[in-house]
Amino acid sequence: MARKLLLEHINVPGINTLDVYRSKGGYASVEKALKTMSPEDVVEEVKKSGLRGRGGAGFPTGMKWSFLAKPEGVARYLVCNADESEPGTFKDRYLMNYIPHLLIEGMIVSSFALGAKVSYIYVRGEMMPQIRILEKAIAEAKNAGFLGKNILGSGYDLELYVQPGGGAYICGEETALLESLEGKRGNPRIKPPFPAIAGLYGCPTVVNNVESIAAVVPIINEGGEEYSKIGVGRSTGTKLISAGGNVKKPGVYEIDLGLPVEEFLYSDEFCGGIANGKRLKAVVAGGSSVPILPANLFLKTINNEPRLMSYESLADGGFVTGTMLGSGGFIAFDEDQCIVRNTWNFTRFYHHESCGQCSPCREGTGWMEKVLHRLENGHGSLSDMDLLVDVSKKIEGNTICPLGDAAAWPVASAIRHFRDEFEWHVTNASEAVTRNFGLAHYADPLTKKEAVA
Amino acid sequence: MLRVEEAQAPVEFSPELIKKFDDIVSRYPAGKQKSALLPILHLVQAEHGWLSSKAMDKVAEYLHLQDIEVYEVATFYSMYFLRPQGKYVLEVCRTGPCCLVGAEKIMDHIEQELGVKEGEVTPDGLFSWRGVECLAACGYAPVLQIGPEYTFYENLTNESVNKLIADLKARGSS
Amino acid sequence: MSVKVKIDGIEVEVEPGTSILNAARQIGGDIVPPAMCYYSKLKDSGGKCRTCLVKVSKGSEKDPRPMPKLVASCRTAVMDGMEVQNITSPEVLEARKGIVEMLLINHPLDCPICDQAGECDLQNLAFDHGAVKTRYEFDRRTFEKIDIGDKIQLHMTRCILCYRCVFVADQITDHRIHGILNRGDHSEISTYIQHAVDNDFSGNVIDVCPVGALTDKTFRFKNRVWFTKPVQAHRDCDKCCGKVTLWYKGEEVLRVTARKDQYGEVEEFICNTCRFDKKKTSDWVIEGPSKVSHKSVISSNHYEFKPLPVVKTNPLLREANEEQFERDTRL
Repeated sequence: MARKLLLEHINVPGINTLDVYRSKGGYASVEKALKTMSPEDVVEEVKKSGLRGRGGAGFPTGMKWSFLAKPEGVARYLVCNADESEPGTFKDRYLMNYIPHLLIEGMIVSSFALGAKVSYIYVRGEMMPQIRILEKAIAEAKNAGFLGKNILGSGYDLELYVQPGGGAYICGEETALLESLEGKRGNPRIKPPFPAIAGLYGCPTVVNNVESIAAVVPIINEGGEEYSKIGVGRSTGTKLISAGGNVKKPGVYEIDLGLPVEEFLYSDEFCGGIANGKRLKAVVAGGSSVPILPANLFLKTINNEPRLMSYESLADGGFVTGTMLGSGGFIAFDEDQCIVRNTWNFTRFYHHESCGQCSPCREGTGWMEKVLHRLENGHGSLSDMDLLVDVSKKIEGNTICPLGDAAAWPVASAIRHFRDEFEWHVTNASEAVTRNFGLAHYADPLTKKEAVA
Repeated sequence: MLRVEEAQAPVEFSPELIKKFDDIVSRYPAGKQKSALLPILHLVQAEHGWLSSKAMDKVAEYLHLQDIEVYEVATFYSMYFLRPQGKYVLEVCRTGPCCLVGAEKIMDHIEQELGVKEGEVTPDGLFSWRGVECLAACGYAPVLQIGPEYTFYENLTNESVNKLIADLKARGSS
Repeated sequence: MSVKVKIDGIEVEVEPGTSILNAARQIGGDIVPPAMCYYSKLKDSGGKCRTCLVKVSKGSEKDPRPMPKLVASCRTAVMDGMEVQNITSPEVLEARKGIVEMLLINHPLDCPICDQAGECDLQNLAFDHGAVKTRYEFDRRTFEKIDIGDKIQLHMTRCILCYRCVFVADQITDHRIHGILNRGDHSEISTYIQHAVDNDFSGNVIDVCPVGALTDKTFRFKNRVWFTKPVQAHRDCDKCCGKVTLWYKGEEVLRVTARKDQYGEVEEFICNTCRFDKKKTSDWVIEGPSKVSHKSVISSNHYEFKPLPVVKTNPLLREANEEQFERDTRL
């Protein structure tokens, strides 16, 4: 069993309190960084670790940090993106709920590295309980001298605040998040300028995911070099995967990147296979916006190599036969699930969450939803599939922010891999409302595992 | 245009609430008090149950904003209620992963149990319900939350929903 | 210090920091990308409609890599040595066609009864870049018409959410009471609770609106723009520059607008007094007819009612002709 870096002490009773957290070696990285390292050293360690952004895009965190402009006399900000709302992803909620001090510890070290005197954690408004937990934890940390003026006598000052969102998926996009943090509508900004040059209040800003910030703690504790030894290739370290859908044991699992997907899905240490003894039909590997894959393509790449849970291996085959690791929102579909209905559901989500600023996304998401709704309810026509693919192409890449792409990919990929099922919805419309299309040829190639007693 | 027909009594914020507002505003650099808008709207909604235009005007006055800036923000975010709601608003997640394990059935059940359609208020004023998009709790699906503290109810079944509604009824009428 | 940029193979030297769109406008002609939301006189405008997308096939002299996606030319600054493809790139034309389709799927296409028809940016755009027919088979989004103030009518159904009127209120007037409400395709320009937009410069939202969403109530259903004759005029105004275009039908001034350049942008904003209250020829100093492009529908159909020789000599026909003339001009 691999070592856990983030969730090692998750089952210790009272780990959400400062005392217990301290007793398990908590806040060691703050002491190490502030007392023995310069901010540049911290950035260097993170660069060495090869840590890649855990929010979805997978951009190297160290590189992002080194892009931060540092003009004299201008404040810099670190903003933690805890606006977790990608369908399928719930790792940040888990982390903040059970081990809030890990995030705060990471925020202190990261803010120190970036020279931020004030940092914000933007938590989506629906996570009000987690906001209370974080606020309590921040008060504890401040009491213990880890926040405030002259932290641990190092001369470094930091204030940390929690900001609630208002319920908008789009605020997970970093510039929309900054707009929202400034008290405006969450309309993504047009880039350039990037936040590293002009972000919050026009000042240089870094926006990082909760998990990326938390991962800074083990990186500083054990050194970037050590951290980079975990994982494969450019996918280093551990990753929190939130498994949901029809798996037997849904939940948040910390895995070493590079774990074979088969092991992740079927071993009892992780998901434990598909619930109710059913078979796997399809998987969305990294949150709803990444392309959906049928089971056979998910477990093995097109070259018949076993697929691994890593940025590269999941992307093997590009968008034709591959997908993305994304934010780690792992959704498994069993044989009874209808792909058309699910695609409609996801598209409804993007339609609902489109900010309405730029025309392709505002109009296109609604259009796709209407066509899919028609298909799902047996009123579609065979030309609808081509129409959907064309509309998704017109949206993809032509929008201000990645929400357009995120809305286009699930539709395009579902039609690419499950076209026969869409067609069946047209040709067998009356059946489609009562019965499921089944597995066709994209079912799980593995023999069904016996239910573990 | 959104026409708010409901009679809107003038809104006054209590000194305690204003103190909370001041505390929130102090988190941001001078002159950036607009940042406090979202948290303050949450507080106002927790106090009044919804955001009337009078309440929003009052917030605008407090933060030295133009009224329309507050309306723009309040209508953008889905958590702010612009109409009166039931005392308990059951917000059920209706996105993909939850639907895989039966969220749609739970919503049907709630509709049946409460006897009102999505977005409506029960005659006793206690409940309303609505489907919301992903609540980031896909592993505990199906889920629902109830404001203003957004308490979570996980792994819902028809029975647990019945129990929840009965509990809330008892709490709400006492 | 200037930078060189090549747009569709035509080189131009511009100031550093110029946007691709403005560089293209310096070249002029067909290679200028269309712009529905960008407005050079309004700070921060642009980037939203996506009709001005172009392909950057070479980033700059220093970093020759092409940009991975199409970029909004109105918000992307040129770099030295940049090479841009607009109408020479099939990819751009295809994307633009898609954008036009998206803009039109919820547009009512009520041009026959819309006062903007004939000078509508969306009409021009659809004519130049759109597809022949729509593939959209669902109900279109509709809103109720509302009056914002007694002189301006808001017909939200036609709006393409360019945000220009919001920027006008923010930047030209002292107070904004209308804004973008709601999210996604439910977004609307509105005042939330019924308020009149009323200040000295509010009328400019009519001029900046690229479609018929904000129209002049005093001109409502008075005439088609192509039956009216634009004339440049000015007056001494203590609030604005006083330079306007008067739109004549016969002897009557049907409406007053600010002067617009070839990209449909006003040259200088005018005040409401000039726009709504000065509709007599005697209020103005006439400078001469406005130049109208021969491609514009406004330049056609200026019927001259010179009676035919046969009519001239026949008193009966002459009378009938005068009647006809009067009836036509009254419309």
